[in-house]
Amino acid sequence: MAIELKNVSKSFGGVHALSDVSLSFGGGKIYGLLGPNGAGKTTLLNIITNRLYADSGEVLIDGEAAPGRDRALGKVYMMAEQNLFPDSMKVKGALKITADFIPSFDLELAMELAQKFGLPMGKKVKALSTGYSSILRLVLALSAGTPYVIFDEPVLGLDAQHRDMFYRLLMEHCGGGGQTVILSTHLIQEAAPLIEHAVIIKGGRILRDASAEELTGAAHTVTGPAGLVDGYIAGRQVLNTTAIGGLKTACVEGEPDARVPAGLEVSAMGLQDYFISLMNEEDAK
Amino acid sequence: MAGFDESRPIFLQLAEMLEDGIISGAFPEEGQIPSITEYSAALKINPATALKGINLLVEDGLVYKKRGVGMFVSTGAKEKLLHKRRENFYVNLARPTAQEARALGLSLEELQKMMERGYKDGDRA
Repeated sequence: MAIELKNVSKSFGGVHALSDVSLSFGGGKIYGLLGPNGAGKTTLLNIITNRLYADSGEVLIDGEAAPGRDRALGKVYMMAEQNLFPDSMKVKGALKITADFIPSFDLELAMELAQKFGLPMGKKVKALSTGYSSILRLVLALSAGTPYVIFDEPVLGLDAQHRDMFYRLLMEHCGGGGQTVILSTHLIQEAAPLIEHAVIIKGGRILRDASAEELTGAAHTVTGPAGLVDGYIAGRQVLNTTAIGGLKTACVEGEPDARVPAGLEVSAMGLQDYFISLMNEEDAK
Repeated sequence: MAGFDESRPIFLQLAEMLEDGIISGAFPEEGQIPSITEYSAALKINPATALKGINLLVEDGLVYKKRGVGMFVSTGAKEKLLHKRRENFYVNLARPTAQEARALGLSLEELQKMMERGYKDGDRA
């Protein structure tokens, strides 16, 4: 049971938006789709949900290729980019009409979440502020109940309190293993602890497709007097170095030495630091 | 809820939080501890990470699963933890403290005085 992409490519007027992308999303895991602006994240998600067609390659949902895939698409809910409800429709009506269209939608949960976020039920959808407009779309996605749920930059326009609330609710309602979640975001720091498996994309190519643990365990940082650091990193694969005065920090691939010389401090690398190092390394190519 | 420190794996930090709770009595022996989902939502961490952290305590026999009910603190868990933490105390805290004192040019006597002061202050805090 998975969403599988096999050798998917897509170009827009000669620009490669996706080049030979093969990926699999499943197992009730929470995936992070990470990449800089213009990396191809949204194109990839739009191809999964049939909003765009791939030039080549194929997408399978639970083993179903087109045309059976149209039916299988009912298993995937992607948080909308905009609210496309009729102008006169109120928030409550928007929740109800979504329940009519999506059999697995949990209307009771949606009502409860809307209340938690303070979403005004009697207000017209088109009169909602930017933040509340996003919250409505989040509430719909959190309540969708489909085996696959996709969030594309879900917290844009949300304040810190509401972002925090979203992350908690996502873990509470979609983290139980019953749903596979794809979280596309460039707010890596915030999302990192939620992500079990990370897909890093840049320029339409998949750079990394591995468990978050594997990625952050694949590198470490070492800080100390420049002379000591230089000695430590000699012969190692160094991602980057920074120096302030006599103090030097280096990001190094691989596991740290079992015995680190006194005076050097070794720390694990966070997902965001790893991402930045990887992007710098790619830019330097 | 307290944030995590970036430099160490989250599952280890969660396991320590749980251990601290057992030592402080926040999680009494034979009392139930929060579920994976509760930890995952409250701390905003992946459920697999929460499971991994809690499993460390299960492996050490500090907590046990009751099928279909939840997870509970084992009898004797607090004593076991205190024993483990005391053993680690010398290696993780006492020895580095003494080394740092030496590097700063503090005499053993001065270090002892400081420890006395810290011990008493700790009593007041």
